Amino acid sequence: MAVALILVLVAVGSVLFHFLSPWWWTPIASNWRYIDDTLTITFWITGAAFSAVILFMAYCLFRFRHKEGRQAAYEPENKKLESWLAVITAAGVAAMLAPGLFVWNQFITVPNNATEIEVVGQQWQWSYRIPGRNGRLGTSDARFVSTDNPLGLNPDDPNSQTNIIVVGDDVHLPIGKPVKVLLRSLDVVHDFYVPEFRAKMDLMPGLVSYYWFIPTRTGKFEILCAAFCGIGHPEMRGAVIVDNESDYEAWLAKQHTFAELTPQTKKVELNY
Amino acid sequence: MNAAVLFLAAIGAVVLWWLAQQRLTAKPWLEAGTLGDLPDPESSEPAAKIGLWVFLAVVGSLFALLISAYFMRMEMGEWKPAPAPKILWLNTGLLVLSSIALQWARRAAWRRNMEGVRAGLLAASVLAIAFLIGQFFAWRQLDAAGYFLVGNAAAAFFYLITGVHGLHVIGGLVALGRTMNKAWQDYRVDPIRLSVELCATYWHFLLFVWLILFAVLLHR
Amino acid sequence: MVDVTGNPIENIPPAEVEDVELYHPKSWVTKYVFSQDAKVIAIQYALTAMSIGYVALVLSWLIRIQLAFPGSFSFIDPSSYYQFITMHGMIMVIYLLTALFLGGFGNYLIPLMIGARDMVFPYVNMLSFWVYFLAVMVLVASFFAPGGPTGAGWTLYPPQAILTGTPGQDWGIILMLASLILFIIGFTMGGLNYVVTVLQARTRGMTLMRMPLTIWGIFSATILALLAFPALFVGAVMLLFDRVLGTSFFMPAIVQAGEHLKYGGGSPILFQHLFWFFGHPEVYIVALPAFGIVSDLVSTHARKNIFGYRMMVWAIVAIAVLSFVVWGHHMYVSGMNPYFGFFFATSTLIIAIPTAIKVYNWVLTLWRGDIHFTVPMLFAIGFIVTFVNGGLTGLFLGNVIVDVPLSATMFVVAHFHMVMGVAPIMVVFGGIYQWYPKVTGRMLNEAMGKFHFWVTFLGAYAIFFPMHYLGLLGVPRRYYEMGETAFIPPSATTLNIFITIAALVVGFAQIVFLFNLIWSLFKGKEAGGNPWRATTLEWQTPHTPPEHGNWGRELPVVYRWPYDYSVPGAKQDFLPQNQPPIVSAATGKLL
Repeated sequence: MAVALILVLVAVGSVLFHFLSPWWWTPIASNWRYIDDTLTITFWITGAAFSAVILFMAYCLFRFRHKEGRQAAYEPENKKLESWLAVITAAGVAAMLAPGLFVWNQFITVPNNATEIEVVGQQWQWSYRIPGRNGRLGTSDARFVSTDNPLGLNPDDPNSQTNIIVVGDDVHLPIGKPVKVLLRSLDVVHDFYVPEFRAKMDLMPGLVSYYWFIPTRTGKFEILCAAFCGIGHPEMRGAVIVDNESDYEAWLAKQHTFAELTPQTKKVELNY
Repeated sequence: MNAAVLFLAAIGAVVLWWLAQQRLTAKPWLEAGTLGDLPDPESSEPAAKIGLWVFLAVVGSLFALLISAYFMRMEMGEWKPAPAPKILWLNTGLLVLSSIALQWARRAAWRRNMEGVRAGLLAASVLAIAFLIGQFFAWRQLDAAGYFLVGNAAAAFFYLITGVHGLHVIGGLVALGRTMNKAWQDYRVDPIRLSVELCATYWHFLLFVWLILFAVLLHR
Repeated sequence: MVDVTGNPIENIPPAEVEDVELYHPKSWVTKYVFSQDAKVIAIQYALTAMSIGYVALVLSWLIRIQLAFPGSFSFIDPSSYYQFITMHGMIMVIYLLTALFLGGFGNYLIPLMIGARDMVFPYVNMLSFWVYFLAVMVLVASFFAPGGPTGAGWTLYPPQAILTGTPGQDWGIILMLASLILFIIGFTMGGLNYVVTVLQARTRGMTLMRMPLTIWGIFSATILALLAFPALFVGAVMLLFDRVLGTSFFMPAIVQAGEHLKYGGGSPILFQHLFWFFGHPEVYIVALPAFGIVSDLVSTHARKNIFGYRMMVWAIVAIAVLSFVVWGHHMYVSGMNPYFGFFFATSTLIIAIPTAIKVYNWVLTLWRGDIHFTVPMLFAIGFIVTFVNGGLTGLFLGNVIVDVPLSATMFVVAHFHMVMGVAPIMVVFGGIYQWYPKVTGRMLNEAMGKFHFWVTFLGAYAIFFPMHYLGLLGVPRRYYEMGETAFIPPSATTLNIFITIAALVVGFAQIVFLFNLIWSLFKGKEAGGNPWRATTLEWQTPHTPPEHGNWGRELPVVYRWPYDYSVPGAKQDFLPQNQPPIVSAATGKLL
C-alpha cells in the first residue's frame, strides 16, 4: 500500500517539479533555438515513458500485493506484448533521434559567409584572435609562443600580421552575423561554454576544433570553462559582448594587430 | 580504434557462433528433466585449455588496442617513422624456431617420448631467451641510432609495443620453466602433457602476435 | 510439460567428485587469509570494496559540504576538493562497484548457482583478490603521498592529469595509474575464473538457458570487462610513460605559464578514445550484474517467473555487444571528427531498446504476481525507479545535439549518479539483504533494513533528481565554487543546500546499514537454509552457510529452469531447480 503510494508521489512529484521548477535554461541568445526544441521533444517523450512505467508499476504493487491465498499467475512470456513494446520503444527513440541528427547536421555545417574568430585557452584565461583587413587568420603553433607572441602566431605567415589580438579583455561580436569559432588550446583541455549560445566545444591542445552560431541578442554573456583544466578551472571566466554593427566597428578600431604588438615589426615601421 | 573494433568483432563472432549452438531459443519452462545435451566430462576440453584461450582473447585485445593507438597516433601528424633495426629479422627467426621446438615437444608428449619433450622444451626456452636478448639489442641499436624513448613518437611506440610483447614472453618462460621443472623430476609424460600443450599454444599465439606487430612496425 | 529425456523419474547416477580434487585448507591462514574457497574470497572482496566505499562516501559528504557551504572548512581548498572528487569517482566506479559485483557477488554466487564446488582455478582466484587488495592499498597510499592523491578528475585526461596546476601531480597520479594497472591484472585473474567456471563447471542439467539471470549478468559483464579493461591498461601505461619517462604519447607541444614544456607531438584525444573504449563498457560491467540480480530478486519476491526469460537473455547479449560501439558519445564535444556524432548517437539510442525491454519485463513480472514487500524486493523496486529515471536522461546525453548544451554540466553528474551510482548500489544492497542469510546463516534486521531502504531511496532521489535542473540552468560540473555568476539565480544556492542535507542524511543511513550488518551477525534471526523459498541452487545446499565444496558428496542435478514459482498444480509456490519432475496430484500433469 504505502510502497505504491510513495511511488505515485515520486512520479507525480517529479512531473510537478519539472513544471514548477524555477531552474530552467537561460534565455537563448543565438540561432540554436532548434537545440532547445529537440530538448523539449526529448523531455516530453521521456517524461511520458517515465510516468507510464512508474505509475503502472505502482498499480501492480498495489493490486498484486501479497494477501492470504493469492497465487501468482504462471506466465513465462507473451511474444505479442513484448514485440509491441519493442516497436513502441523504437518509435519513441526514432522520434528523438531523427530531429536530433537533423539539427546536428546543421550544427556541423558552417555557412559560407561565416566570419572566423579564434578563441585560445590557456591556464586560466581566454584570449581571442580576429582576422584583420584581408579576413584571414594566419597559421599558428604553440611552439611560436613568446612574451611578444602570446598566442603563438606564425610570424612568417603574412596573414598573421593583420590579425587582431585580444588578450586579457572581453571579446566583441557583431549581432546577426554567422561566426565560426575556432578553438585552440596552448596547454590542457578547456571548453568554451557560453550558456546563452547553447553551443559548446572543447579546446583540444594539438588540434583546432570549431563550432558556429549567430548571435541574436546584444548584451554581455559570461564564458565559463566546461572542461576540467586544473586547479584554476572555476576561475577561468571571460565575457563575450554582442554589439550592434556600429558599436562593434568602434570597438574593433581600438584593437591592436599582431604587427603592432611585435617589436621587430615596429622597427620596420620606424624605417619607413 | 579500427584495429580494436575489428578484433572485437572477430571475438564477438566467435561468441555469437558459440551461443548459437547453445539452444538460446529453447523455452526452458517447457522442459523438465536433465536434458540430454550435457557435456561428457571425459571428452570435454580441460578447464585450463579454455582458460588459456580466454586469456589469449584478453591479450589479443591488449595488442589490438596498442596497434589501434599506434595507427591513430600515426594519422595525427608530426610522425617521423623510426627505422626497424635489422636484428628484428633474426629475432623473428628465433621466435619461429622456438615455436617449432615447442610444437615438437608437444608431438613428443603425445607419443609419450620424454626425451623428445625435454629436448623440445629446452630448445624452445633457449631460443625464446635468445629472442629476448635480440629484442634488447634491437632497443640498443635504435637508441644508438638516436631514436630515444623521448622525442620520437614512433620510437616510443616501438619500445612500448616490443616491451609489452617481451613481458608476455617472459611470463610464458615462467610457465615453461615450471613445466621443465616437472619434466626433469619425473619420467612419466602424462602429468605434463597438458602443460606442454598449453605452452605450445601460448607460444604460437605470441609468435602470431609478433608477426603482426612486426608487420605493423615495418609499415610506413 | 515436455519430457525431453524420456523418463526423467528414472534414477540418475549422482555426480560425485572425489574429495582429493578439492584443496582443503589446513590452517587458519589458508582458511581465512589465503583462502582458495570462492566464498571466502567473495567475502574478502566484499569487505575490502565496502571499506574503501565508505571512504568514498565520506569524500562525497565533503564535496557536498563545499558545494552548499563554500569555504566552511578551511581544509577543503580547491586542491583538496579536486582530489576528493577524483578519488570519490574512481573508488565508486572501479574499486567499489566493479569489485563488489564481480569479485564479491560473482565469486559467491557463480559456483553456488551453477552447482559447482568452486571456481575452476582456485589458486588464481586467491591471487586475484590479493592483487586487488594491493591495488586498493596503493590507492590508499596516494592519500599519504607527498602532494596527496591525484585531483585530475576520475577520467584522468591528459595533458592536465600529469602537469603542474593539477593537484597530486607529483606522486598521486603515479600511484593512481599503478593502482589501476594492478587492479586490471587482479581482475583479469578473477575474470578468467568467472568465465571458465560458467563454461566448464556447470552441474548436470544446468544448460545455459537454465542459468539464473544473475549468472547471465555476471557472466556477460565479465566478458565485457576482460575485453574492455585492456583499453584502460594501455591508456594507463602510456600515461605513466608520459609522466615518468617523459614520452609524448598523449602530450602535444605545450606552453604552460609562459614556459615551453619538453613534450610535443602527442595526442590527448587518443587517451580519451582509449579511456572511453573501456569507460563505456564499464557502465555495463556494472549494470549487467545489477540487471541479472534484480531479475532474480523481483521474481523470487513476486513469487512469479521472470517475464520473458528468453528476451531477457537476448537483451543482455545485445546490450553487451552494442556497448562496444558507443564509446564516442562521451566525446561529442571533444573536437573529434563531427561526423562520428551521427554514428555514435544512433548506436547509443539503439541500445535503449533492449534496455527498455528489460525494464518492461521486470514490471510485467510484478503484474499478476504475489508481491511480498521484503527488503530485497524494496531495493529492487528502488532500482527500477532510479534506473528508469537515469536511463531516460541518458537519451538526452546520447542524442548528440541535445548533449551539446548539457555536456559537462551538473545534468551529466545527476544522470550518471542516478543510472550507475544509485541504481546499481540499490541492487548491491538488495543483493546483500537477499544473500546475507546464506552467507551468515542469519537474517538482517528487517526494521533497520526498511529504514535503510526508504532513507537511501528517497534521499538519493532527492539528491539527484533536482540536480538535473542545475545542469539545465547551465551550472558546470567540477567547479570548486560558482562564485558570482550572472545567469545563476540565488535560488540555486538554496537547491544546493537542500541537496547537501539530503546527501548527509543518506550517508547516515549507510551507517545504520553497517550497524545492521554487524549486529545481525550475532543477534539476527536464524535464517534456515532457504528463508526466501527460492528455487535457485544456492538455497538448496546441505549446509548454511555452505561448507567448502558447497554440496557435500553429491553435486545437485538440475531438472528445471530457475523460475518455477507458483506453478499451477504444484503444492508449494516454488519448485527448486534440483526438484525432479513430479506428477501433480491435482491435475495429473507432469510438473
